[in-house]
Amino acid sequence: MGKKALEGTKVLEYASFVSGPYCSKLLADLGAEVIKIERPGVGDKARERGPFPEDLPHPEKSGLFLYLNTSKKGITLDPKSTTGKKMFLELVKWADILIEDKPPKEMEGLGFTYEELKEVNQQLIMTSITPYGETGPYRDYKAYHLNICHVGGLGYLMPPNSPSLEREPLKAGGHSVDCACGVNAALATVSALYSRGVTGEGQSIDVSKQESLMNLVRVYAVAYANDKVNPNRGPIMGTAAAMGGLKKCKDGYIIATLAERPHWARFFKLIGKPEWDEDERFKDTLAIADHYNEIDPYISEWMMSRTRYEIYHQGQELGCPIAPVRSIDEVVNDPQLKGRDFFVEVDHPEAGKTVFPRGPYVFSETPWQGNPAPLLGQHNEEIYCQKLGYTKEDMVRLRESGII
Amino acid sequence: MNKGALQGIRVVEFAQFWVGPYTAEILTFLGAEVIKVESMRRLDPSRQLSLTTGQTFTGVDQSTVFNDLNLNKLDVCLDLTHPKAAGVAKGLAKASDVLVQNNRPGVMERLGLGYDAIREVRPDIIYLSSSARGSDGPERSYGGFAPCFAALSGLAEITGYADGPPFAESGRIDLLSSTTNAFAIIAALIYRKRTGKGQHIDASSSEVISALIGDVFMDYAMNGRVQTRRGNRDDIFAPHNCYRSKGDDKWISIAITNDDEWRAFVDAIGNPDWTREERFQDAFLRKQNEEELDRLVSQWTINHTHYEAMDILQRAGVAAVPSLSNAELYQDPHFKERGPSMEMVHPVIGKTTALNAPWKMSATPPTIRRHSPLLGEHNNYIFGELLGMSQEEIQALIDEKVIY
Repeated sequence: MGKKALEGTKVLEYASFVSGPYCSKLLADLGAEVIKIERPGVGDKARERGPFPEDLPHPEKSGLFLYLNTSKKGITLDPKSTTGKKMFLELVKWADILIEDKPPKEMEGLGFTYEELKEVNQQLIMTSITPYGETGPYRDYKAYHLNICHVGGLGYLMPPNSPSLEREPLKAGGHSVDCACGVNAALATVSALYSRGVTGEGQSIDVSKQESLMNLVRVYAVAYANDKVNPNRGPIMGTAAAMGGLKKCKDGYIIATLAERPHWARFFKLIGKPEWDEDERFKDTLAIADHYNEIDPYISEWMMSRTRYEIYHQGQELGCPIAPVRSIDEVVNDPQLKGRDFFVEVDHPEAGKTVFPRGPYVFSETPWQGNPAPLLGQHNEEIYCQKLGYTKEDMVRLRESGII
Repeated sequence: MNKGALQGIRVVEFAQFWVGPYTAEILTFLGAEVIKVESMRRLDPSRQLSLTTGQTFTGVDQSTVFNDLNLNKLDVCLDLTHPKAAGVAKGLAKASDVLVQNNRPGVMERLGLGYDAIREVRPDIIYLSSSARGSDGPERSYGGFAPCFAALSGLAEITGYADGPPFAESGRIDLLSSTTNAFAIIAALIYRKRTGKGQHIDASSSEVISALIGDVFMDYAMNGRVQTRRGNRDDIFAPHNCYRSKGDDKWISIAITNDDEWRAFVDAIGNPDWTREERFQDAFLRKQNEEELDRLVSQWTINHTHYEAMDILQRAGVAAVPSLSNAELYQDPHFKERGPSMEMVHPVIGKTTALNAPWKMSATPPTIRRHSPLLGEHNNYIFGELLGMSQEEIQALIDEKVIY
């Protein structure tokens, strides 16, 4: 057991599915003690979503759940009952940080607004992750991952160079945007924790998923605000076109990001046309964009007679910023990622050996550590009896009345 | 008065383009002081171009893109290849809590500014190295830009139309790395506050993106399934797509994930006859007949503007929002009320707009305090006041072409 960056930090998670759980997972894997509240009998929504081993749905074997909830303790609690509410408040009192993703109206209905919870815990940091934020005309509107992709300014631009503007704008793959909102919330949360260590003061943090995504594509937002650049999915022009972009090759696709003129010199060398480096038509990236059509047939043919990995390794040896579009199995089997122990194997009592990414950072002093996700209600006794002082008899009654 | 969550923290930045500069900018939003060190041999290219939006800028102080990614910072200009510059740069690191760099692995070491060299002058430094593939492993020297990271990570493979090429996103990919990096830095600051120890953080931009789709890799590990792209669609639920609305290139995203939402949707669109057909009666059948279902949903959406459709459907409890362009976002009433957009006056650009951080904090709200720095704008303040050099010493370094 190495040292842990966030050791001693106490986090209460009242969240489900992707963004909120990913946020507190990031804290848990760096050593925070995270207690996750799940609905009695049912649990986190992610437990219902795959992947499942051999495609057999089982609430303890959801890959999505197991990935998003590593290193946490799991309890069940229905805070809607009077006793459940009291227990929730006891946990709030214990915590440094509360991470929640409920609709603002629901938290208000439960009496769990920041002002109310602050009465219980003066120094509380409360991070609320919602689709549109805690204020504004859309605050009670619903959104899933698909909707966030589109309302955050990203979907409308995807894919550029579309075969037809009659085709629909696209979402980003997987749950990637929801996870990104979790990172954003985690960042704000640790900054508040750092600040609390200095001033002793807690605070509320309002994270809107729409704004989280919009921020990640802020360069477009700013380009519009200042220069009235308002792209859709039309043809790529100018310097962006001069980067090279996506190319078909023998066994798939290569992406070339030849951002600056020296990259093109190396690229011309790679494709066996070093003389083009001297050619007036290609004197700078804008000129290349203008004359690209003249050399495209040659480049396409060159690409089509080579594999992605030939082009990748030969190109990178010459200093060309190019990369293969890789399939999911290739990523898992990548020697570079193996060399950096990126995929870790974690043994889970129900699901067996599971394989997933570690955290995307290598700390020299406080390494990332992922432990298996909790079973539903696994830590009820530890938390309720040992931390909050309930008796075993209480536990039976609480279970029978559906509170835990 | 709010001085930010990271008040009193000083950061020195040796970074270009997007990942490193935005990592440091996030820290400035939180109140840290950031000194951006530019090398006359290689100015930050964002001063002159934006690969993503295709814009080019004249001069070195005209770029609205540079402005948006370097707000609040101080700027000094050295020639880092000059033998005397390393000493000056080390002096800056000695006076700093955090160092951010995104050069290819090996570059900082060659300049005499690697982690080991900096640790000698500042033992508790938190030193972040952000690169394409990380600081070790067989591909550590490989480089690339955002679309390369998307391609290498697996995300590009699962983004796009089911019948089209993969799509490697650009801008969002870099700023995701920045967000993750800033989170890691603050976690390390919390650890330092507790123990007095700094550390090195090694971040790989392609790992950052892979970590957002962990469940997709688990599907491969569990079931041997190699997922690929499928437009806006979901594995289980339908309708789940972006539908044509009234107007030119206008679209509404609609996601329905249970029978309650389906019934609400059917009521909201006026119970057309087709909704009573057997082939749409449960979630399984709707998914099975998704093509036809999407066509029928479009017949309703095409007769409404995307905003009308949102109002009607959200009132019924259905997750529906427009796919918004950047121009539309700026007109949107919700964005107008909450929006992080801020106007300022830049001495060269004039009146300009930038975006604040994407979270609202009650005690330490993120701030934009000033426009991005002009090239070398703070040479005198940093070298004179912070490092305590005399005017003569500074002038001598200018004459020797160490300082610009």
